[in-house]
Amino acid sequence: MKILVPVKRVVDYNVKIRVKPDGSGVDLANVKMSMNPFDEIAVEEALRLKEAGKATEVVAVSIGPAQAQETLRTALAMGADRGILVQVDGTVEPLAVAKILKGIVAEEAPGLVVLGKQAIDDDCNQTGQMLAALLGWPQGTFASKVALAEGTVDVTREVDGGLQTVSLKLPAIVTTDLRLNEPRYASLPNIMKAKKKPLDVKSPADYGVDVTPRLTVVKTAEPKGRTAGVKVASVADLVMKLKTEAGVL
Amino acid sequence: MTTLLIAEHDNASVKDATNKALTAAAAIGGEIHVLVAGSNAAAAAAEAAKLDGVAKVLHVDAPALEHGLAEPLAAVIVALAGPYDAIVAPSTSSGKNVLPRVAALLDVMQISDITAVVAPDTFERPIYAGNAIQTVKSGDAKKVITVRTASFKSAGASGSAPVETVSAAADPALSTFVGEALSESDRPELTSAKIIVSGGRALGSAEKFKDVVIPLADKLGAAVGASRAAVDAGYAPNDWQVGQTGKVVAPDLYVALGISGAIQHLAGMKDSKVIVAINKDEEAPIFQVADYGLVGDIFEIVPELTKAL
Ligand SMILES: Cc1cc2nc3c(=O)[nH]c(=O)nc-3n(C[C@H](O)[C@H](O)[C@H](O)COP(=O)(O)OP(=O)(O)OC[C@H]3O[C@@H](n4cnc5c(N)ncnc54)[C@H](O)[C@@H]3O)c2cc1C
Repeated sequence: MKILVPVKRVVDYNVKIRVKPDGSGVDLANVKMSMNPFDEIAVEEALRLKEAGKATEVVAVSIGPAQAQETLRTALAMGADRGILVQVDGTVEPLAVAKILKGIVAEEAPGLVVLGKQAIDDDCNQTGQMLAALLGWPQGTFASKVALAEGTVDVTREVDGGLQTVSLKLPAIVTTDLRLNEPRYASLPNIMKAKKKPLDVKSPADYGVDVTPRLTVVKTAEPKGRTAGVKVASVADLVMKLKTEAGVL
Repeated sequence: MTTLLIAEHDNASVKDATNKALTAAAAIGGEIHVLVAGSNAAAAAAEAAKLDGVAKVLHVDAPALEHGLAEPLAAVIVALAGPYDAIVAPSTSSGKNVLPRVAALLDVMQISDITAVVAPDTFERPIYAGNAIQTVKSGDAKKVITVRTASFKSAGASGSAPVETVSAAADPALSTFVGEALSESDRPELTSAKIIVSGGRALGSAEKFKDVVIPLADKLGAAVGASRAAVDAGYAPNDWQVGQTGKVVAPDLYVALGISGAIQHLAGMKDSKVIVAINKDEEAPIFQVADYGLVGDIFEIVPELTKAL
């Protein structure tokens, strides 16, 4: 069984982004970019399934600018077998990403697609569910445990009240939550080896997908700021301030 | 213009997240119908009928809908979607799971996690863990929207709308429910609590979390939250996580104990009315958003605070 893992190039999670003063967007010049952390978890899960003999090949795919090749090379260095870059500049919304992925699924015929539950740039949390819809496949979102069996996969999901386990018919979509696994670091020899692994470059047109955004971004603004308050000297002082000044007790 | 609001419920009653999403739906304008899709969910449908400003409740009952699995629930919503201009759900784990599936089936780009309604087709939503607020205008004929509940007040429940029973669309039979492990507690729910006490990595163990954080929460009648580090380490269950990828909360009072204040944690609590931080590192970023900061050791200060209240 083949596993497909989509990976997104995003601003590194440690970076505190800045909104452009003219409200036209977020300043991405000279900002450190990395693989979306949830996608690293997805790659790791696919690799573990392959290492356990439950999958035969792990194919990483990225939809984004030419530099997303670096993100794919990271996935290959972690252990994915080959990469596909669908090269496109500018914003590609989750719906268009899901349509492109549907085209790739038609070509690659994976038994499982493992995606991150959300990208930490647009925080949309949509792509996996949309892909499942377009394919008519079941979905196991926000996974904290994945157990692959013959013809089915059991997915334990992080839900508002705790955990829920569902059983999905294969082929299926899984989206990863933080506690599914801890992704490995790529070793230096594996980073070197990754440079020689196959990486195909395609375009949205190859899959007949129009990536024109459906949403127009009217403006991007700084959130309402919060200023630091005061330091209190003692517990008594704190209790007094909460009672009288803040009025919350 | 008519909106279909997807109710969050457990078949017996409607969750407060529905009341909050209803306030957002009302801001969009037009008539509002509420969908209660479940199994033996007549009680929840009757409760939904009381929500203020609702014109009609659609009650769909089928065994496959008992646990809100995405595949049958999306099929039900899509079958009903025809006449509606907007489909709205709270941004709960259930709403996040099912609504993008609906959106894709309708060929609509969903607008996730809105924090304000600017116009019926224009909304504010946070990106980059809330470090920027985007205003987006949708060009789709139908709008599919999830609502960040912390940004809207709960609608009241003094109405009496008619309940219409509608038959369920066929279950695509792709998935089955295996089981669940839900935390049971008498505490207020995190997303609707007035006061939240949260613990971080500094607690060091599940026992200490229980001995230090819980008594303060009990004293305050508060819900309990946690940082990702505390959850990952097993000090607290996953459904207590507050942050970019956990729950987003905005209580009247948020008390952060031994939490550093990473961007991803702040994303989930910085809209709280009053923030108190107790941390031994006076440089901890949490102090930059705290109204009241106390520098010191939580193991000394928190028991003292619990006693003083
Ligand atoms: C993709 C992604 C998503 C994430 N999502 C979330 C999320 O939703 N929610 C979240 O919380 N995090 C999230 N994180 C993790 C986040 O980046 C931080 O790692 C995490 O919030 C740190 O938790 P903490 O503050 O408890 O631990 P630490 O950062 O280790 O802070 C512990 C603090 O305790 C203080 N301390 C230690 N001992 C004492 C003592 N005895 N008394 C008083 N103070 C003490 C220290 O000074 C320190 O400030 C995410 C990260 C990633 C990459």
